[in-house]
Amino acid sequence: MTLSALNADVIVDQLNAGDLTATDCVQHFLDRIQTHNADLNAFISVSDTALEQAETIDKRRKAGESLGCLAGLPVAVKDGICVSGQPTTAGSKMLENFSAPYDATIVERLKSAGAIVIGKTNMDEFAMGSSTENSYFGSTTNPWATDRVPGGSSGGSAACVAGRLAPVAIGSDTGGSIRQPASFCGITGLKPTYGRVSRYGLIAFASSLDQIGPMTRTAKESALLMSVIAGFDPRDSTSSKEHVSDALTSLETPLKGIRIGVCRDHLHEGLHWEVKTKINDAISVFKQLGANIEEIELPHSNSAVAAYYIIAPCEASSNLARYDGVRYSFRAQANDLEEMYRNTRGQGFGDEVKQRIILGTYALSSGYYEAYYLKASKVRRLIKQDYDEAFQKVDLILGPTTPTPAFKLGQHTQDPLAMYLADIFTVSANLAGIPAMSVPVEPSSTGLPIGLQLQGRAFEENTLLRAAHQFQNETHWHMTSPAEPWRTQS
Amino acid sequence: MEDSVLNSNSNSQSNNRQTVPFNDAKIIIGLEVHVQLDTDSKLFCGCSTRFGEAANSQTCVVCTGMPGALPVINQRALELSIRTGLSLNCRIARSTKWDRKNYFYPDLPKGYQISQFDQPICGPGHLDIQTTEASGQPRRIRIERAHLEEDAGKSIHDESNDRQSSKIDLNRTGTPLLEIVTYPDIRTAAEAKAFLSELKLILNYIDVSDCNMQQGNLRCDANVNLHIPLRGQQIATPIVEIKNLNSFRAVERSITFEAQRQFEGWQENGVTIADAPKQTRGWNDHTQMTTLQREKEDSADYRYFPDPDLIAVKIEETQIKQIRSQLVQLPAILRELLVKEYNLKPDDAAVIVSQGRGVVDYFLTVADGCENSRVANNWIGQEVLRHLNESNQTIQQYPVSHQQFTELLKLVIAGTLDQTRGKEVLNAMVEHSISSEEAIKQLGIKSVDNSELVTLCETLMDENQNVVEQIRSGNEKAIGMLIGKARKKNPNANPGLVKAMLSKMITG
Repeated sequence: MTLSALNADVIVDQLNAGDLTATDCVQHFLDRIQTHNADLNAFISVSDTALEQAETIDKRRKAGESLGCLAGLPVAVKDGICVSGQPTTAGSKMLENFSAPYDATIVERLKSAGAIVIGKTNMDEFAMGSSTENSYFGSTTNPWATDRVPGGSSGGSAACVAGRLAPVAIGSDTGGSIRQPASFCGITGLKPTYGRVSRYGLIAFASSLDQIGPMTRTAKESALLMSVIAGFDPRDSTSSKEHVSDALTSLETPLKGIRIGVCRDHLHEGLHWEVKTKINDAISVFKQLGANIEEIELPHSNSAVAAYYIIAPCEASSNLARYDGVRYSFRAQANDLEEMYRNTRGQGFGDEVKQRIILGTYALSSGYYEAYYLKASKVRRLIKQDYDEAFQKVDLILGPTTPTPAFKLGQHTQDPLAMYLADIFTVSANLAGIPAMSVPVEPSSTGLPIGLQLQGRAFEENTLLRAAHQFQNETHWHMTSPAEPWRTQS
Repeated sequence: MEDSVLNSNSNSQSNNRQTVPFNDAKIIIGLEVHVQLDTDSKLFCGCSTRFGEAANSQTCVVCTGMPGALPVINQRALELSIRTGLSLNCRIARSTKWDRKNYFYPDLPKGYQISQFDQPICGPGHLDIQTTEASGQPRRIRIERAHLEEDAGKSIHDESNDRQSSKIDLNRTGTPLLEIVTYPDIRTAAEAKAFLSELKLILNYIDVSDCNMQQGNLRCDANVNLHIPLRGQQIATPIVEIKNLNSFRAVERSITFEAQRQFEGWQENGVTIADAPKQTRGWNDHTQMTTLQREKEDSADYRYFPDPDLIAVKIEETQIKQIRSQLVQLPAILRELLVKEYNLKPDDAAVIVSQGRGVVDYFLTVADGCENSRVANNWIGQEVLRHLNESNQTIQQYPVSHQQFTELLKLVIAGTLDQTRGKEVLNAMVEHSISSEEAIKQLGIKSVDNSELVTLCETLMDENQNVVEQIRSGNEKAIGMLIGKARKKNPNANPGLVKAMLSKMITG
């Protein structure tokens, strides 16, 4: 079995056993990036110190030093997360030449566990998008069908894991940006509870919704990464002090008796027929595992996309004000201050980002604030209440991650509403702050991956990971990889 | 609306306006005071707040607004805000939150200022100020709110060469400011100054801010307009906000100027509050005038919304109680104490209290020790304060301890030292940092016994026959000349005793 076929936990075991060196491991994935990134465009930049870091790990291991639990494991990190001394662009021309002056907390944690950041992955500009087509650095393609989008905004992270350019990756999820690309690329992705993983060093899109999480082939790998990145961070005021227990130890706890809720409304209108079929098949697997399937209702979920597209742009319009050309960002030529602002922001941001800044600015303006921002905040509370009620009855909620499999590149670029509907099942978890993950089920008849979404109670990531892991014990969809050379799927 | 009738520019209306004397107009003043809290570190990061360091040396990824950096609240700033609120009789919020005030400016790195919009940490309160009113009653100025916010940086414009350039210093960015807003209860420029003086004194007493106005630690905006009586109705002139007043004098003078300007403007064109938007004007120290900066209609819409990077702050009753229990006595209480318990005149008490808690404590200890508060006040109010003022020292640096000072005053009160000799002794104590005993020795002061005094008086009478005659013929004042001469012959002779003995010997 080649190295790229191995899961991260196996790689770590081999590294620990001395069967594999970190240098060989990193070199292997650097080679794969070298060979395949031209097709996939999954990476915006590749680390020039990764090999050096690997050699250091090997030396330390040889010297008998005790190393962290990920020592020598290559990890790809979304380019909206700061890695000290590395380019950190957030997919934007605005930050094309920005080198982060510090490590995000999760990067600090990964590094101290011995992980090696192998490169920074492509994304929709400032995480605004569902296809990675909004990247200033060009679209990432889906390794299952290179004429299709990988999803977004963490499309680069999803594509590089699916295409085995990195064993595991880190993404961020504001309205589905981990789960939707995970679904489109046939991998496992977890958006943790809001506050579970520090946002310090994550370039903000919408601060009250953003959350960093793992994007991996298996639930077990996600559990491994969570054991490193989750937990309170004094530098993030919104991070939670809630105790983190190790997900790895509870993965095999039987699911017998677990109550899984299914919202029938989500399995009807607008849903691709194959998505519906495969999700129903997955429900049967959970039944066999001893789960009780119950019907639930989430009456306000049909307002989630509307509320999301008010709240997220409002926060974004303020979060992105700092890119004004004064300090570190792109600066356009101008004759005076106001012209510098106009030119810098006019030329430095892409169309989707500008559209959302305008939306948010408008919605926060005096006279509109109550009708938009405040009203959307009320809807948000109602959505959270729906979940609170549902979780009285059930332990998990199951449904499709997306209404359709990956769409074609360019298919929705002229139709923002169709693009926004790709988030219809994912945004609610961000609005409610609850954890949610996407797990691959049987692909479509044409070979496109389909994802199952599991949502859980706040801070109960371990239940999600446990259910996903045992589903993966019974299925093999997560372990299939796209054929090489990559094919289109028409 | 009243103005629709009254603001037309017909001649008769104009004539009516011309007949109103300026003194009939009531000046309506509200203040917004920005106080820099005396914390070691900034409001949302660990950077130092020290003044005067090299540009941009006191910055980090948080206060320079680097992508991904997040704010964390400084607990000390919250505590100082609560302490201030309690000292201004404010209601302290049990829950307060942070809002973003969005606007673009080069020295505002995030493109927004973190402030408090609708849930300020301190709610309504009041501050009583002393006025010169005949009644002697203090005036109560109501406080609307006080909220915490972060300061912006500084823009430095260099126009020395052809290519004008601007530089940004972010050292000040993120330092904590408490913005205290009054209701428009202030009626004169002098009251505005009195309010600020009292506020500054309180902040000093409670160790919240050193209020150094040169360093911008206390900045003030004044909202000013006039209510003018005309034919039984009140006409209000448009409200003007005077920005960034950096001295008490600027506050006083700008308000005086602005009141006059508004009055003349109204007399000329009759424009009232209903006709014109709020204006922002700047005070120019050189020209001593306010100039138009912008009309509020053009001003930015700040698009306030709750900052999602910060959580609401819950303030527990126990925390408020604890801060309240540690509150020191405020100036008003101390002034009352000095007047009621120490029999000082209100003006004298005000002088002592205005010097800060250290001088008050010094006074109280000395007054208690020498058991004569009047003498203590005279000496401290004049000698000590003059020295501190001239040497630019604090009372803590004053070379004479309160014990030594007490000893000195005891000698003066007992008559052992007269005023003049006493001051000589004090000067020696200050100059050489020595005790009163040592100073007396150094100056060769010793007590003069009765026989010496008799000899001295006899000599004086012999040598000044003509003066003695004058006295005998009824010019009692002439005795002063002899006392002066006595001092020259023997500086230790107590002038009171000399005088008594002389008049006994001369007039029998």
